[in-house]
Amino acid sequence: MIYAALLTLFSHWRRHPGQLTMLVLGLALATALWSGVQAINTQARTAYAEAAATLGQDRLDRLVRADGHPVPLADYIALRRAGYLVSPVISGELRSGDARLRLLGIDPLTAPPEANTPTQQGTNLDLGAFFMAPGLLLMTAETAAAALPPDLPPIRIATGIPPRAALTDIGTAARLLGQSDPSYLLVWREQPAHLPPLVTATTLQPVAPEQRADPAQLTESFHLNLTAFGLLAFAVGLFIVHAAIGLAFEQRRATMRSLRALGLPLRSLLMAFTLELAVLSLFAGLIGLILGYSIAAALMPGVAGSLRGLYGADLPGTLSFDPLWALAALAMTLAGAGLAGAQAMRRTARLPILAPALPQAWQQAATHHMRRQAYIALALLGLSGMLVLWGDNLFLGFVAVACLFLGAALLLPITLAQLLGLIQSRTRSALGEWLFADTRQQLPGLSLALMALLLALAANIGVSTMVGSFRTTFVGWLDQRLVAELYVTAPNEAEAARLVAYLNPRTEAILPVVWADTTLAGRPGAVYGQADHPTFRDHWPLIAALPDAWDRLALGEGVLINEQLARFARLAPGDSLTISQDTTLPILGVYSDYGNPEAQAIVTLDRFIAAFPTITPTRFALRVAPAQTAALASALRDEFGLPADAVINQTQIKRFSLEIFEQTFLITGALNLLTLGVAGFALLTGLLTLADMRLPQLAPVWALGITRARLARFELIRSVVLAALTFFLAVPVGLALAWLLLAVINVQAFGWRLPMQIFPNDGLRLLALSLIAATMAAALPALRLARISPGRLLKVFAHES
Amino acid sequence: MNMLLQIDGLTKAYDTVAVLKGVSLSLDHGQSLALTGESGSGKSTLLHLIGALDTPDSGTILLDGVEITGLNDTARAAVLRDRIGLVFQQFNLIPSLNVAQNIAFQARLARCHDPARDALLAQRLGLSDLLSRYPEALSGGQQQRVAIARALAHAPKLILADEPTGNLDEATGDLVLDLLLELVAETGAALMMVTHSTRLAARLDRRLHLSRGELTQTGSV
Repeated sequence: MIYAALLTLFSHWRRHPGQLTMLVLGLALATALWSGVQAINTQARTAYAEAAATLGQDRLDRLVRADGHPVPLADYIALRRAGYLVSPVISGELRSGDARLRLLGIDPLTAPPEANTPTQQGTNLDLGAFFMAPGLLLMTAETAAAALPPDLPPIRIATGIPPRAALTDIGTAARLLGQSDPSYLLVWREQPAHLPPLVTATTLQPVAPEQRADPAQLTESFHLNLTAFGLLAFAVGLFIVHAAIGLAFEQRRATMRSLRALGLPLRSLLMAFTLELAVLSLFAGLIGLILGYSIAAALMPGVAGSLRGLYGADLPGTLSFDPLWALAALAMTLAGAGLAGAQAMRRTARLPILAPALPQAWQQAATHHMRRQAYIALALLGLSGMLVLWGDNLFLGFVAVACLFLGAALLLPITLAQLLGLIQSRTRSALGEWLFADTRQQLPGLSLALMALLLALAANIGVSTMVGSFRTTFVGWLDQRLVAELYVTAPNEAEAARLVAYLNPRTEAILPVVWADTTLAGRPGAVYGQADHPTFRDHWPLIAALPDAWDRLALGEGVLINEQLARFARLAPGDSLTISQDTTLPILGVYSDYGNPEAQAIVTLDRFIAAFPTITPTRFALRVAPAQTAALASALRDEFGLPADAVINQTQIKRFSLEIFEQTFLITGALNLLTLGVAGFALLTGLLTLADMRLPQLAPVWALGITRARLARFELIRSVVLAALTFFLAVPVGLALAWLLLAVINVQAFGWRLPMQIFPNDGLRLLALSLIAATMAAALPALRLARISPGRLLKVFAHES
Repeated sequence: MNMLLQIDGLTKAYDTVAVLKGVSLSLDHGQSLALTGESGSGKSTLLHLIGALDTPDSGTILLDGVEITGLNDTARAAVLRDRIGLVFQQFNLIPSLNVAQNIAFQARLARCHDPARDALLAQRLGLSDLLSRYPEALSGGQQQRVAIARALAHAPKLILADEPTGNLDEATGDLVLDLLLELVAETGAALMMVTHSTRLAARLDRRLHLSRGELTQTGSV
């Protein structure tokens, strides 16, 4: 019985292949964008977990120098001789052009068991080759296939090594990186019982795994952003599916009534309906998975670049297939289709057997729901406002965005109806009046597609305003912060002293860049020592400050902190901050510090040296006459044998920073465009589904003397008018989103707030794009109408076969 | 000569089925003609061809001195808009416009809108209290009266009515037809009405019967 019902239901799709294509494409697109984003997230999280677990770093303490410099070999030897179980690691990056490779040099003989080094894994590794020159580099096949710096030792393929990284013997790493001292020491979990605690035996700082920057935590907001975009795209896709299922239900209302009248129980009808939806969902879901995987694979290099630029987190540039991901995506597709089909199911369940078939009832009923929908929308917008006022975490920030979006979408139909009514009342021509009245009547049928368009446009406006504001602020901030013409890094303290002596007669000022990694207000951060110089006084804007902040800083009377620290620790000028064990200073001001995820504080050089006496500056910002910059850079490289990246000019840093910035928002831009594409498709499907249903409304107008070509033009105008109105309504929603992103989400995620700026040109471009999309979406139905045979229109009036 | 419509040798086939096989007829100004015939005899097709809604395979249709079969889409639409009023069985009002707007619509398209005429028609057809209502809120009889008002509002030369009472009960149908005939007579327009009912057909000046695509004259007053 169910089989027969199922065959009857499927016969509808045979007769309406366009509608079937729409349903499948809608579901496939929704699945594609959602599963694509999830594939990227899954891959990233796996990579973070693998990276964190390398050498047991997720479980082992480290010993480091407070200033981030390598640990002197003598310190390591002293600890080993005293009987402490520590193991040296040299970590650094090899670069050559675009090729780069992170080296992790280990000493397998002293490594803790948790490090699980290849030598401890019982693999058939040639230990002789590993230890002896030229050594061996262990890396994944993907890393080995990527562009690598030249002159590397032989490579062996291994698993469990982070992307773009190689594991090697410490001697090999020392030789390749030109660094003899360990970057840090891994500490065994069990130390000899008779020895005093390790911290009392060394000046090195112990760092527990949880104190270290965890890429998974750092990138959480980035992945949350991706997930939000994925969900938005999924929701937009579901609008298409809902429209297609709703239309199919309406068109099959008579069939279903007949099936019931012929004795099919309601339960069997619902079962057949569910099975039909499940079969279609699985089919569409599989197409969506293939599309999603392709999208993710295409976006993966960009995402990897973004995460590297933003957080220094390394991801593989290619995607691996995870069956769990595929199953989860299919489950999401089924759930989404179920959600989209729920209303049709409910109507089927309530369908009276003897009720007359009213194809228009769906639209008319929707009109009655507009008012109730508007009340819900206003409640959601109010909730969004309350969350902004009283919410205090990232999740609530995203909930506020979701409420704003949902509220705005629900408010759209009634707002459009009011606007169209207003335009209609001002229109003088009969056709104009009909056009707007008719458009108003089509709203319930088109509202889902228009809501999808509104969401996509608002997301586009919001995100582009946020990115534009960020870019403008960032560029201005870089100009202010990177005032020094040249930045030079000495390989060690002795060379630094020689460098300063060389530079003294050749520069206008030598400004040491010296810092100590420490804990500030309970979170990882850095204290910087800064010379009192107009370079800083004149160019560093302070967001908040006490009077004479710079003068008092120069006198060593206080500290400046970055915005992140001020926000996270709720600190303000006038409060106090402990920068080292015995130094607590009043906060004099707060400065912007975009792009830095960590807390930061600035004191005078004298204060810095007093607080961190073991740290000597090896990096310097140089003020030189611009005309002499290139010559001095060249001379420094020749005189001190400095590598290219040890002498960098201002322009290079700015270019590099902007490249990172652009890379960061590459994925956002791509998702933005894809979501807009899906919304355009939603509009097309909405118009196509309505096209057939609209013939009874268009035929009488045609029969009153309006040509088909003219009616087709009106269809185009209608679509463009609706898109334009939707765009103008999307503008305030988009700007509200931008404000939420800049003033709420960014602050919660990164700790900095950006001034919002408006970019009218971007808005005009988007308006043009949406009008083009609307015209394109309406073109096919309009063309079909222009070419429709009079016979088909006459069928509307036919009352005999 | 007071001829409004002259049809000669009209043929029309759908796929391979010949619906009209050389139909010829004429209609004078102010005259009313009933077209009867069994289902599928081609009555509606003939009406649609006369109304410039479709084109014949061969033959000519001369309406008010204009040969309409050779016209392009735009010109045919103009003929329809300016000279013809249509009344359908399913009323076919424009659902997005209210009663007043529906009545005025074709007259406004034809640029001959006369609000006083609309008001008079509404009053004669008992629609004065319903002007702000939308079609969905009207009964079948009321909707058909709106359709009649719309068909007459631009003072057409010819009214084409396709089973105008087919969807109404007998009493309402009689009432609607009374009004239609009365108003057509007052305006001086000609009326061509398709109907299954010989009783209703008997009320018109002339009657023609269409059978398998060919006409037979059954009577005239």
